[in-house]
Amino acid sequence: MTTILEARNINRSFGAVVAARNINVTVEEGETVGIIGANGAGKTTFVNIVTGYVKPSTGQILLAGTDITRLEPRAIVLAGLARSFQIPQLFASATVFDNLLYAVGIAEERGRPFWNRLRTAERLRRCDKVLEEFAIAEYRDQSVATLPQGVRKLLDIAMAMVHGPRLVLLDEPTSGITSEEKFPLMDIVVGALKEQGLTVLFIEHDMEVVSRYADRVIAFYDGSILADGPTAQVLAEPSVRELVIGEHLDGGEGGNARH
Amino acid sequence: MGYGLGLVAAAAVLVGAGWVLPEWALFLAIVSLAKGLVVLGLVVLWRTGLVSFGQGLYYGLGAYTVGLLPQITGITDAVLLVATGTAIAGLVAFALGFLLSRYREIFFAMLCLAFAMILYGILVKTEALGSTDGFHVVAVTYLGYAPAIESANQVLYVFTAIVVVVLAGLVGRYLQSVTGQMTTAIRDNELRVEYLGFSVRRAVHTKFVIAGALAGAGGAIVATAIGHVDPEMVWWITSGEFVFVTILSGSGSVIAPFIGSTVFELLRSFALEYAPNFWQIIVGGSLLAVIMFLPGGLWSLVAKWRASGR
Repeated sequence: MTTILEARNINRSFGAVVAARNINVTVEEGETVGIIGANGAGKTTFVNIVTGYVKPSTGQILLAGTDITRLEPRAIVLAGLARSFQIPQLFASATVFDNLLYAVGIAEERGRPFWNRLRTAERLRRCDKVLEEFAIAEYRDQSVATLPQGVRKLLDIAMAMVHGPRLVLLDEPTSGITSEEKFPLMDIVVGALKEQGLTVLFIEHDMEVVSRYADRVIAFYDGSILADGPTAQVLAEPSVRELVIGEHLDGGEGGNARH
Repeated sequence: MGYGLGLVAAAAVLVGAGWVLPEWALFLAIVSLAKGLVVLGLVVLWRTGLVSFGQGLYYGLGAYTVGLLPQITGITDAVLLVATGTAIAGLVAFALGFLLSRYREIFFAMLCLAFAMILYGILVKTEALGSTDGFHVVAVTYLGYAPAIESANQVLYVFTAIVVVVLAGLVGRYLQSVTGQMTTAIRDNELRVEYLGFSVRRAVHTKFVIAGALAGAGGAIVATAIGHVDPEMVWWITSGEFVFVTILSGSGSVIAPFIGSTVFELLRSFALEYAPNFWQIIVGGSLLAVIMFLPGGLWSLVAKWRASGR
Protein backbone atom coordinates (compact mmCIF):
# COMPACT_ATOMS: atom_id res chain seq x y z
CA MET A 1 0.00 0.00 0.00
CA THR A 2 1.28 3.51 -0.82
CA THR A 3 1.48 6.18 1.84
CA ILE A 4 -0.42 9.18 0.52
CA LEU A 5 -0.10 11.54 3.49
CA GLU A 6 2.49 11.73 6.19
CA ALA A 7 2.48 14.37 8.92
CA ARG A 8 5.64 14.28 11.03
CA ASN A 9 5.95 15.93 14.45
CA ILE A 10 3.57 18.80 13.63
CA ASN A 11 3.39 21.59 16.19
CA ARG A 12 1.49 24.84 15.94
CA SER A 13 0.73 27.53 18.50
CA PHE A 14 -1.42 30.64 18.29
CA GLY A 15 0.05 32.85 21.00
CA ALA A 16 -0.30 30.93 24.25
CA VAL A 17 -2.75 28.43 22.73
CA VAL A 18 -1.22 25.19 21.49
CA ALA A 19 -3.44 24.04 18.63
CA ALA A 20 -1.26 21.15 17.42
CA ARG A 21 1.08 19.23 19.67
CA ASN A 22 3.48 16.72 18.14
CA ILE A 23 1.01 15.35 15.59
CA ASN A 24 2.10 12.26 13.68
CA VAL A 25 -0.31 10.86 11.10
CA THR A 26 0.18 8.45 8.23
CA VAL A 27 -2.62 7.79 5.73
CA GLU A 28 -2.45 5.00 3.18
CA GLU A 29 -3.92 5.27 -0.30
CA GLY A 30 -7.60 4.29 -0.47
CA GLU A 31 -8.33 4.74 3.24
CA THR A 32 -11.36 6.65 4.54
CA VAL A 33 -10.31 8.27 7.78
CA GLY A 34 -12.63 10.05 10.18
CA ILE A 35 -11.19 12.81 12.35
CA ILE A 36 -13.07 13.41 15.56
CA GLY A 37 -12.62 15.67 18.55
CA ALA A 38 -14.42 18.25 20.62
CA ASN A 39 -14.49 21.89 19.54
CA GLY A 40 -10.99 23.35 19.88
CA ALA A 41 -9.32 19.92 19.89
CA GLY A 42 -7.19 20.77 16.85
CA LYS A 43 -9.02 18.99 14.01
CA THR A 44 -9.49 21.98 11.74
CA THR A 45 -6.00 23.27 12.57
CA PHE A 46 -4.64 19.92 11.37
CA VAL A 47 -6.63 20.13 8.12
CA ASN A 48 -5.60 23.76 7.66
CA ILE A 49 -1.95 22.83 8.13
CA VAL A 50 -2.16 19.93 5.66
CA THR A 51 -3.87 22.13 3.07
CA GLY A 52 -1.43 25.03 3.47
CA TYR A 53 -3.87 27.51 4.95
CA VAL A 54 -1.87 27.56 8.18
CA LYS A 55 1.86 26.86 8.36
CA PRO A 56 3.13 24.61 11.16
CA SER A 57 5.57 26.05 13.72
CA THR A 58 7.64 22.87 13.34
CA GLY A 59 7.22 19.56 11.53
CA GLN A 60 6.85 18.26 8.01
CA ILE A 61 3.97 17.27 5.70
CA LEU A 62 4.54 14.85 2.85
CA LEU A 63 1.97 14.25 0.12
CA ALA A 64 2.80 11.06 -1.77
CA GLY A 65 6.42 11.54 -0.69
CA THR A 66 6.63 15.20 -1.75
CA ASP A 67 7.31 17.79 0.93
CA ILE A 68 4.40 20.26 0.86
CA THR A 69 5.04 21.86 4.27
CA ARG A 70 5.82 25.34 3.01
CA LEU A 71 3.79 25.32 -0.19
CA GLU A 72 0.92 27.73 -0.81
CA PRO A 73 -2.63 26.23 -0.95
CA ARG A 74 -2.70 26.50 -4.75
CA ALA A 75 0.52 24.51 -5.10
CA ILE A 76 -0.77 21.88 -2.68
CA VAL A 77 -3.96 21.55 -4.72
CA LEU A 78 -1.86 21.10 -7.85
CA ALA A 79 0.17 18.43 -6.01
CA GLY A 80 -3.01 16.34 -5.71
CA LEU A 81 -4.92 17.44 -2.63
CA ALA A 82 -8.45 18.83 -2.50
CA ARG A 83 -10.50 20.17 0.36
CA SER A 84 -14.02 21.19 1.12
CA PHE A 85 -15.00 23.68 3.80
CA GLN A 86 -17.16 23.60 6.89
CA ILE A 87 -18.85 26.72 5.49
CA PRO A 88 -19.09 25.97 1.75
CA GLN A 89 -16.89 28.31 -0.25
CA LEU A 90 -18.89 29.14 -3.36
CA PHE A 91 -19.08 31.97 -5.87
CA ALA A 92 -22.06 33.84 -4.51
CA SER A 93 -23.04 35.75 -7.64
CA ALA A 94 -22.95 32.70 -9.94
CA THR A 95 -25.36 29.85 -10.56
CA VAL A 96 -24.72 26.29 -9.42
CA PHE A 97 -23.69 25.38 -12.96
CA ASP A 98 -21.27 28.29 -13.31
CA ASN A 99 -19.69 27.52 -9.94
CA LEU A 100 -18.90 24.05 -11.19
CA LEU A 101 -17.89 25.34 -14.62
CA TYR A 102 -15.26 27.63 -13.07
CA ALA A 103 -13.83 24.65 -11.18
CA VAL A 104 -13.85 22.40 -14.26
CA GLY A 105 -12.37 25.17 -16.42
CA ILE A 106 -9.47 25.74 -14.04
CA ALA A 107 -8.86 22.00 -13.74
CA GLU A 108 -8.86 21.39 -17.49
CA GLU A 109 -7.02 24.49 -18.66
CA ARG A 110 -3.85 23.81 -16.72
CA GLY A 111 -0.96 23.84 -19.16
CA ARG A 112 -3.18 24.79 -22.11
CA PRO A 113 -3.20 28.15 -23.94
CA PHE A 114 -4.72 30.75 -21.65
CA TRP A 115 -7.07 32.15 -24.30
CA ASN A 116 -9.12 28.94 -24.67
CA ARG A 117 -12.82 29.58 -24.10
CA LEU A 118 -14.30 28.54 -20.77
CA ARG A 119 -17.63 27.46 -22.24
CA THR A 120 -16.96 24.58 -24.61
CA ALA A 121 -19.61 21.99 -25.47
CA GLU A 122 -17.49 19.20 -24.00
CA ARG A 123 -16.98 21.07 -20.74
CA LEU A 124 -20.67 21.93 -20.42
CA ARG A 125 -21.50 18.23 -20.83
CA ARG A 126 -18.97 17.29 -18.14
CA CYS A 127 -20.50 19.80 -15.72
CA ASP A 128 -23.97 18.39 -16.30
CA LYS A 129 -22.63 14.90 -15.68
CA VAL A 130 -21.02 15.93 -12.37
CA LEU A 131 -24.24 17.65 -11.29
CA GLU A 132 -26.09 14.39 -11.99
CA GLU A 133 -23.47 12.38 -10.13
CA PHE A 134 -23.87 14.57 -7.05
CA ALA A 135 -27.68 14.60 -7.40
CA ILE A 136 -27.92 18.39 -7.64
CA ALA A 137 -28.86 18.71 -11.32
CA GLU A 138 -32.30 20.11 -10.42
CA TYR A 139 -30.55 23.19 -8.96
CA ARG A 140 -28.44 23.72 -12.11
CA ASP A 141 -29.53 27.26 -12.95
CA GLN A 142 -30.27 28.43 -9.43
CA SER A 143 -28.15 31.10 -7.75
CA VAL A 144 -26.07 29.57 -4.95
CA ALA A 145 -27.34 32.26 -2.58
CA THR A 146 -30.73 30.53 -2.46
CA LEU A 147 -29.57 26.92 -2.09
CA PRO A 148 -30.38 24.57 0.81
CA GLN A 149 -27.32 23.87 2.97
CA GLY A 150 -27.07 20.24 1.87
CA VAL A 151 -26.87 21.26 -1.79
CA ARG A 152 -24.24 23.90 -0.96
CA LYS A 153 -22.17 21.20 0.75
CA LEU A 154 -22.48 18.84 -2.22
CA LEU A 155 -21.54 21.56 -4.68
CA ASP A 156 -18.55 22.56 -2.54
CA ILE A 157 -17.29 18.97 -2.53
CA ALA A 158 -18.02 18.46 -6.24
CA MET A 159 -15.99 21.58 -7.07
CA ALA A 160 -13.06 20.31 -4.99
CA MET A 161 -13.04 16.96 -6.75
CA VAL A 162 -13.10 17.90 -10.41
CA HIS A 163 -9.35 18.43 -10.78
CA GLY A 164 -8.68 14.76 -10.04
CA PRO A 165 -7.01 14.83 -6.61
CA ARG A 166 -5.46 11.82 -4.86
CA LEU A 167 -6.47 12.92 -1.37
CA VAL A 168 -9.66 14.73 -0.34
CA LEU A 169 -10.16 16.45 3.01
CA LEU A 170 -13.73 17.19 3.98
CA ASP A 171 -14.29 19.64 6.83
CA GLU A 172 -17.51 18.63 8.60
CA PRO A 173 -19.48 17.58 5.51
CA THR A 174 -22.72 17.07 7.48
CA SER A 175 -22.63 20.16 9.68
CA GLY A 176 -25.66 22.40 9.34
CA ILE A 177 -27.82 19.83 7.60
CA THR A 178 -30.77 17.90 8.96
CA SER A 179 -30.44 14.40 10.39
CA GLU A 180 -32.62 13.11 7.53
CA GLU A 181 -30.19 14.55 4.95
CA LYS A 182 -26.89 13.43 6.46
CA PHE A 183 -26.84 9.80 5.28
CA PRO A 184 -28.10 10.50 1.74
CA LEU A 185 -25.48 13.27 1.47
CA MET A 186 -22.67 11.07 2.73
CA ASP A 187 -23.80 8.20 0.49
CA ILE A 188 -23.50 10.47 -2.53
CA VAL A 189 -20.14 11.94 -1.46
CA VAL A 190 -18.46 8.75 -0.31
CA GLY A 191 -19.89 6.87 -3.29
CA ALA A 192 -18.42 9.38 -5.72
CA LEU A 193 -15.06 9.46 -3.93
CA LYS A 194 -14.79 5.68 -3.68
CA GLU A 195 -15.73 5.25 -7.32
CA GLN A 196 -12.62 7.23 -8.17
CA GLY A 197 -10.54 5.29 -5.63
CA LEU A 198 -9.70 8.42 -3.66
CA THR A 199 -8.30 8.64 -0.17
CA VAL A 200 -10.57 10.59 2.15
CA LEU A 201 -10.07 12.37 5.47
CA PHE A 202 -13.20 13.86 6.94
CA ILE A 203 -13.75 15.82 10.11
CA GLU A 204 -17.03 14.86 11.74
CA HIS A 205 -18.87 15.44 14.99
CA ASP A 206 -21.61 12.95 14.27
CA MET A 207 -20.52 9.51 15.54
CA GLU A 208 -23.20 7.72 13.52
CA VAL A 209 -21.69 9.15 10.38
CA VAL A 210 -18.15 8.32 11.52
CA SER A 211 -18.93 4.72 12.43
CA ARG A 212 -20.82 4.18 9.17
CA TYR A 213 -18.29 5.63 6.71
CA ALA A 214 -14.80 5.64 8.26
CA ASP A 215 -12.42 2.67 8.03
CA ARG A 216 -10.22 4.28 10.61
CA VAL A 217 -10.59 7.08 13.16
CA ILE A 218 -8.14 9.61 14.55
CA ALA A 219 -9.34 11.23 17.77
CA PHE A 220 -7.96 14.64 18.71
CA TYR A 221 -7.91 16.06 22.20
CA ASP A 222 -6.33 19.34 23.32
CA GLY A 223 -4.13 19.63 20.20
CA SER A 224 -2.83 16.05 20.43
CA ILE A 225 -3.82 12.70 18.99
CA LEU A 226 -5.63 10.76 21.69
CA ALA A 227 -6.28 7.62 19.64
CA ASP A 228 -5.70 6.34 16.13
CA GLY A 229 -6.93 3.01 14.77
CA PRO A 230 -9.85 1.02 13.34
CA THR A 231 -13.16 2.81 13.81
CA ALA A 232 -14.85 0.38 16.21
CA GLN A 233 -11.72 0.09 18.34
CA VAL A 234 -11.18 3.86 18.68
CA LEU A 235 -14.84 4.62 19.35
CA ALA A 236 -14.84 1.98 22.08
CA GLU A 237 -11.81 3.33 23.90
CA PRO A 238 -12.76 4.70 27.33
CA SER A 239 -10.63 7.86 26.94
CA VAL A 240 -12.25 8.65 23.56
CA ARG A 241 -15.73 7.99 24.94
CA GLU A 242 -15.11 10.30 27.85
CA LEU A 243 -13.00 13.11 26.36
CA VAL A 244 -14.19 13.18 22.74
CA ILE A 245 -17.65 11.66 22.50
CA GLY A 246 -18.63 13.08 25.84
CA GLU A 247 -19.94 9.91 27.46
CA HIS A 248 -19.25 9.64 31.15
CA LEU A 249 -18.11 6.21 32.04
CA ASP A 250 -20.55 6.13 34.92
CA GLY A 251 -23.28 6.10 32.28
CA GLY A 252 -23.99 9.83 31.97
CA GLU A 253 -23.44 11.86 28.82
CA GLY A 254 -21.71 15.16 28.14
CA GLY A 255 -22.18 17.45 25.20
CA ASN A 256 -19.06 17.27 23.07
CA ALA A 257 -20.53 15.32 20.21
CA ARG A 258 -23.82 14.56 18.55
CA HIS A 259 -25.32 11.12 18.35
CA MET B 1 -23.00 35.93 -36.02
CA GLY B 2 -19.51 34.65 -35.16
CA TYR B 3 -17.18 36.66 -32.98
CA GLY B 4 -14.81 37.47 -35.86
CA LEU B 5 -17.66 38.52 -38.14
CA GLY B 6 -19.07 40.72 -35.40
CA LEU B 7 -15.73 42.47 -35.09
CA VAL B 8 -15.49 43.06 -38.84
CA ALA B 9 -19.05 44.46 -38.83
CA ALA B 10 -18.23 46.75 -35.88
CA ALA B 11 -15.08 47.95 -37.64
CA ALA B 12 -17.01 48.62 -40.85
CA VAL B 13 -19.70 50.64 -39.05
CA LEU B 14 -17.18 52.63 -37.02
CA VAL B 15 -14.86 53.32 -39.94
CA GLY B 16 -17.81 54.17 -42.20
CA ALA B 17 -18.99 56.75 -39.68
CA GLY B 18 -15.76 58.65 -40.42
CA TRP B 19 -17.25 59.75 -43.77
CA VAL B 20 -20.55 60.84 -42.25
CA LEU B 21 -19.63 62.63 -39.05
CA PRO B 22 -18.99 66.40 -39.11
CA GLU B 23 -15.51 67.68 -38.21
CA TRP B 24 -16.38 68.60 -34.59
CA ALA B 25 -17.96 65.22 -34.03
CA LEU B 26 -14.94 63.43 -35.52
CA PHE B 27 -12.65 64.93 -32.92
CA LEU B 28 -15.12 64.14 -30.15
CA ALA B 29 -15.44 60.57 -31.43
CA ILE B 30 -11.65 60.08 -31.48
CA VAL B 31 -11.33 61.27 -27.88
CA SER B 32 -14.38 59.24 -26.78
CA LEU B 33 -13.11 56.03 -28.36
CA ALA B 34 -9.58 56.55 -27.03
CA LYS B 35 -10.78 57.26 -23.50
CA GLY B 36 -13.16 54.33 -23.87
CA LEU B 37 -10.06 52.13 -24.07
CA VAL B 38 -8.92 53.41 -20.67
CA VAL B 39 -12.40 52.72 -19.27
CA LEU B 40 -12.38 49.24 -20.83
CA GLY B 41 -9.28 48.47 -18.74
CA LEU B 42 -11.05 49.76 -15.65
CA VAL B 43 -14.03 47.52 -16.44
CA VAL B 44 -11.73 44.49 -16.50
CA LEU B 45 -10.45 45.48 -13.04
CA TRP B 46 -13.90 46.41 -11.77
CA ARG B 47 -15.31 42.99 -12.67
CA THR B 48 -12.57 41.58 -10.45
CA GLY B 49 -13.69 43.87 -7.61
CA LEU B 50 -10.86 46.38 -8.02
CA VAL B 51 -11.02 50.11 -8.67
CA SER B 52 -7.92 52.04 -9.74
CA PHE B 53 -7.81 55.75 -9.03
CA GLY B 54 -4.48 55.97 -10.84
CA GLN B 55 -5.10 55.07 -14.49
CA GLY B 56 -3.89 58.57 -15.33
CA LEU B 57 -0.38 57.20 -14.83
CA TYR B 58 -0.63 54.81 -17.78
CA TYR B 59 -2.73 57.20 -19.83
CA GLY B 60 -0.02 59.84 -19.34
CA LEU B 61 2.77 57.38 -20.14
CA GLY B 62 1.12 56.56 -23.46
CA ALA B 63 0.64 60.25 -24.21
CA TYR B 64 4.18 61.30 -23.27
CA THR B 65 5.59 58.41 -25.34
CA VAL B 66 3.84 59.84 -28.42
CA GLY B 67 5.22 63.27 -27.52
CA LEU B 68 8.79 62.21 -26.81
CA LEU B 69 9.49 59.37 -29.22
CA PRO B 70 9.49 61.53 -32.38
CA GLN B 71 11.88 63.98 -30.65
CA ILE B 72 14.27 61.22 -29.58
CA THR B 73 14.11 58.82 -32.52
CA GLY B 74 12.47 60.77 -35.32
CA ILE B 75 9.72 58.14 -35.58
CA THR B 76 6.37 59.71 -36.51
CA ASP B 77 4.46 56.61 -37.56
CA ALA B 78 1.19 56.43 -35.61
CA VAL B 79 1.15 52.64 -35.51
CA LEU B 80 4.64 52.50 -33.97
CA LEU B 81 3.95 55.39 -31.60
CA VAL B 82 0.68 53.97 -30.26
CA ALA B 83 2.16 50.47 -30.04
CA THR B 84 5.18 51.81 -28.12
CA GLY B 85 2.96 53.90 -25.80
CA THR B 86 0.82 50.84 -25.13
CA ALA B 87 3.86 48.66 -24.49
CA ILE B 88 5.56 51.14 -22.15
CA ALA B 89 2.37 51.63 -20.12
CA GLY B 90 1.91 47.86 -20.01
CA LEU B 91 5.50 47.32 -18.88
CA VAL B 92 5.19 49.87 -16.08
CA ALA B 93 1.91 48.24 -15.02
CA PHE B 94 3.69 44.88 -15.10
CA ALA B 95 6.45 46.16 -12.79
CA LEU B 96 4.06 47.90 -10.36
CA GLY B 97 1.67 44.95 -10.53
CA PHE B 98 4.02 42.81 -8.44
CA LEU B 99 3.26 45.12 -5.51
CA LEU B 100 -0.30 46.16 -6.34
CA SER B 101 -1.61 42.63 -6.90
CA ARG B 102 -1.10 42.04 -3.15
CA TYR B 103 -3.62 44.71 -2.22
CA ARG B 104 -7.40 44.99 -2.42
CA GLU B 105 -10.19 47.52 -1.96
CA ILE B 106 -9.24 51.02 -0.78
CA PHE B 107 -5.55 50.11 -0.38
CA PHE B 108 -5.34 49.08 -4.02
CA ALA B 109 -7.19 52.20 -5.16
CA MET B 110 -5.03 54.57 -3.10
CA LEU B 111 -1.73 52.90 -4.05
CA CYS B 112 -2.67 53.28 -7.71
CA LEU B 113 -3.38 56.94 -7.06
CA ALA B 114 -0.08 57.36 -5.20
CA PHE B 115 1.97 56.05 -8.14
CA ALA B 116 0.11 58.35 -10.54
CA MET B 117 0.79 61.34 -8.30
CA ILE B 118 4.49 60.45 -8.15
CA LEU B 119 4.69 60.68 -11.96
CA TYR B 120 2.63 63.87 -11.86
CA GLY B 121 5.14 65.38 -9.41
CA ILE B 122 8.07 64.36 -11.60
CA LEU B 123 6.48 65.82 -14.75
CA VAL B 124 5.58 69.09 -13.05
CA LYS B 125 9.15 69.53 -11.81
CA THR B 126 10.85 68.55 -15.07
CA GLU B 127 11.61 71.65 -17.13
CA ALA B 128 12.88 69.55 -20.05
CA LEU B 129 9.35 68.10 -20.42
CA GLY B 130 7.69 71.50 -20.33
CA SER B 131 6.86 71.38 -16.63
CA THR B 132 3.17 72.28 -16.05
CA ASP B 133 2.78 73.57 -19.63
CA GLY B 134 3.77 70.29 -21.25
CA PHE B 135 4.79 70.37 -24.90
CA HIS B 136 3.47 69.98 -28.44
CA VAL B 137 3.23 66.66 -30.24
CA VAL B 138 4.37 66.53 -33.86
CA ALA B 139 1.94 65.51 -36.61
CA VAL B 140 1.96 61.77 -37.17
CA THR B 141 2.16 59.70 -40.33
CA TYR B 142 0.42 56.41 -41.15
CA LEU B 143 2.72 53.74 -42.63
CA GLY B 144 4.47 56.45 -44.64
CA TYR B 145 1.30 58.37 -45.52
CA ALA B 146 1.18 61.97 -44.24
CA PRO B 147 -2.42 63.25 -44.43
CA ALA B 148 -3.16 66.88 -45.28
CA ILE B 149 -4.20 69.07 -42.34
CA GLU B 150 -7.84 69.20 -43.45
CA SER B 151 -8.14 65.38 -43.54
CA ALA B 152 -5.90 64.64 -40.52
CA ASN B 153 -8.81 64.10 -38.13
CA GLN B 154 -10.63 61.83 -40.53
CA VAL B 155 -7.57 59.62 -40.98
CA LEU B 156 -6.87 59.60 -37.25
CA TYR B 157 -10.50 58.66 -36.63
CA VAL B 158 -10.26 55.67 -38.99
CA PHE B 159 -6.98 54.64 -37.34
CA THR B 160 -8.57 55.00 -33.87
CA ALA B 161 -11.62 53.00 -34.88
CA ILE B 162 -9.43 50.13 -36.11
CA VAL B 163 -7.28 50.19 -32.95
CA VAL B 164 -10.40 50.23 -30.75
CA VAL B 165 -12.07 47.33 -32.57
CA VAL B 166 -8.88 45.24 -32.44
CA LEU B 167 -8.18 45.92 -28.74
CA ALA B 168 -11.84 45.62 -27.63
CA GLY B 169 -12.07 42.39 -29.66
CA LEU B 170 -9.01 40.97 -27.94
CA VAL B 171 -10.32 41.96 -24.50
CA GLY B 172 -13.72 40.46 -25.32
CA ARG B 173 -12.04 37.22 -26.34
CA TYR B 174 -9.90 37.27 -23.19
CA LEU B 175 -12.99 37.73 -21.00
CA GLN B 176 -14.47 34.55 -22.48
CA SER B 177 -11.38 32.51 -21.60
CA VAL B 178 -10.84 30.67 -18.33
CA THR B 179 -8.38 33.27 -17.05
CA GLY B 180 -10.66 36.05 -18.27
CA GLN B 181 -13.64 34.53 -16.48
CA MET B 182 -11.69 34.60 -13.22
CA THR B 183 -13.00 38.12 -12.63
CA THR B 184 -16.33 37.80 -10.81
CA ALA B 185 -15.05 34.53 -9.34
CA ILE B 186 -12.14 36.36 -7.71
CA ARG B 187 -14.45 39.18 -6.61
CA ASP B 188 -16.78 36.61 -5.01
CA ASN B 189 -14.33 34.29 -3.29
CA GLU B 190 -10.54 34.46 -3.59
CA LEU B 191 -10.03 31.59 -1.16
CA ARG B 192 -12.06 29.25 -3.32
CA VAL B 193 -10.21 30.28 -6.48
CA GLU B 194 -6.88 29.48 -4.78
CA TYR B 195 -8.20 26.12 -3.57
CA LEU B 196 -9.24 25.28 -7.11
CA GLY B 197 -5.57 25.62 -8.04
CA PHE B 198 -5.65 29.06 -9.68
CA SER B 199 -3.34 31.91 -8.70
CA VAL B 200 -5.42 34.92 -7.69
CA ARG B 201 -2.37 37.18 -7.60
CA ARG B 202 -1.32 36.21 -11.09
CA ALA B 203 -4.85 36.78 -12.37
CA VAL B 204 -5.05 40.22 -10.74
CA HIS B 205 -1.58 41.05 -12.05
CA THR B 206 -2.57 40.07 -15.59
CA LYS B 207 -5.72 42.18 -15.47
CA PHE B 208 -3.74 45.10 -14.11
CA VAL B 209 -1.29 44.89 -17.02
CA ILE B 210 -4.18 44.73 -19.50
CA ALA B 211 -5.75 47.80 -17.89
CA GLY B 212 -2.42 49.66 -17.93
CA ALA B 213 -1.73 48.83 -21.57
CA LEU B 214 -5.23 49.89 -22.64
CA ALA B 215 -4.82 53.18 -20.77
CA GLY B 216 -1.48 53.68 -22.55
CA ALA B 217 -3.13 53.12 -25.92
CA GLY B 218 -5.88 55.60 -25.03
CA GLY B 219 -3.39 58.23 -23.90
CA ALA B 220 -1.28 57.79 -27.02
CA ILE B 221 -4.29 58.36 -29.30
CA VAL B 222 -5.56 61.35 -27.33
CA ALA B 223 -2.10 62.96 -27.44
CA THR B 224 -2.05 62.44 -31.20
CA ALA B 225 -5.52 63.98 -31.54
CA ILE B 226 -4.89 66.99 -29.31
CA GLY B 227 -1.31 67.52 -30.46
CA HIS B 228 -0.20 68.37 -26.95
CA VAL B 229 0.69 66.62 -23.68
CA ASP B 230 0.86 68.02 -20.17
CA PRO B 231 0.91 66.71 -16.58
CA GLU B 232 -2.85 67.13 -16.22
CA MET B 233 -3.19 63.85 -18.13
CA VAL B 234 -1.66 62.13 -15.10
CA TRP B 235 -3.47 64.16 -12.46
CA TRP B 236 -5.88 62.51 -10.02
CA ILE B 237 -8.86 64.33 -11.53
CA THR B 238 -8.16 62.66 -14.87
CA SER B 239 -8.01 59.26 -13.11
CA GLY B 240 -11.21 60.10 -11.25
CA GLU B 241 -12.91 60.98 -14.53
CA PHE B 242 -12.12 57.51 -15.87
CA VAL B 243 -13.70 55.93 -12.79
CA PHE B 244 -16.71 58.23 -13.29
CA VAL B 245 -17.13 57.03 -16.88
CA THR B 246 -16.73 53.40 -15.76
CA ILE B 247 -19.68 53.79 -13.40
CA LEU B 248 -21.63 55.61 -16.10
CA SER B 249 -20.88 52.84 -18.62
CA GLY B 250 -21.47 49.69 -16.59
CA SER B 251 -19.43 46.52 -16.87
CA GLY B 252 -21.79 44.28 -18.82
CA SER B 253 -19.98 44.37 -22.16
CA VAL B 254 -16.77 45.49 -23.85
CA ILE B 255 -18.93 47.88 -25.86
CA ALA B 256 -20.24 49.64 -22.74
CA PRO B 257 -17.09 51.75 -22.09
CA PHE B 258 -17.29 53.29 -25.55
CA ILE B 259 -20.96 54.15 -25.16
CA GLY B 260 -20.31 55.61 -21.70
CA SER B 261 -17.27 57.53 -22.87
CA THR B 262 -19.16 59.01 -25.84
CA VAL B 263 -22.13 60.03 -23.66
CA PHE B 264 -19.73 61.60 -21.15
CA GLU B 265 -17.83 63.58 -23.79
CA LEU B 266 -21.10 64.78 -25.35
CA LEU B 267 -22.49 65.71 -21.95
CA ARG B 268 -19.37 67.60 -20.99
CA SER B 269 -19.08 69.37 -24.36
CA PHE B 270 -22.70 70.53 -24.37
CA ALA B 271 -22.61 71.45 -20.67
CA LEU B 272 -19.47 73.53 -21.29
CA GLU B 273 -21.06 75.13 -24.34
CA TYR B 274 -24.41 76.04 -22.82
CA ALA B 275 -23.64 76.31 -19.10
CA PRO B 276 -19.94 77.16 -18.79
CA ASN B 277 -20.33 78.18 -15.14
CA PHE B 278 -22.34 75.14 -14.08
CA TRP B 279 -20.98 72.31 -16.20
CA GLN B 280 -19.50 70.47 -13.21
CA ILE B 281 -22.90 70.50 -11.50
CA ILE B 282 -24.50 69.02 -14.60
CA VAL B 283 -21.86 66.30 -14.90
CA GLY B 284 -21.97 65.55 -11.14
CA GLY B 285 -25.79 65.49 -11.16
CA SER B 286 -25.72 63.04 -14.06
CA LEU B 287 -23.46 60.67 -12.13
CA LEU B 288 -25.77 60.92 -9.14
CA ALA B 289 -28.76 60.08 -11.36
CA VAL B 290 -26.95 57.09 -12.88
CA ILE B 291 -25.99 55.70 -9.47
CA MET B 292 -29.53 56.14 -8.15
CA PHE B 293 -31.55 55.01 -11.16
CA LEU B 294 -29.12 52.94 -13.25
CA PRO B 295 -26.74 51.22 -10.84
CA GLY B 296 -25.72 48.88 -13.65
CA GLY B 297 -24.72 51.89 -15.79
CA LEU B 298 -25.94 52.80 -19.27
CA TRP B 299 -25.29 49.26 -20.44
CA SER B 300 -28.09 48.03 -18.20
CA LEU B 301 -30.53 49.87 -20.54
CA VAL B 302 -29.12 47.95 -23.50
CA ALA B 303 -29.23 44.69 -21.54
CA LYS B 304 -32.85 45.34 -20.55
CA TRP B 305 -33.80 46.19 -24.13
CA ARG B 306 -32.13 43.02 -25.43
CA ALA B 307 -33.82 40.91 -22.76
CA SER B 308 -37.25 42.35 -23.61
CA GLY B 309 -36.70 41.47 -27.27
CA ARG B 310 -36.30 37.76 -26.52
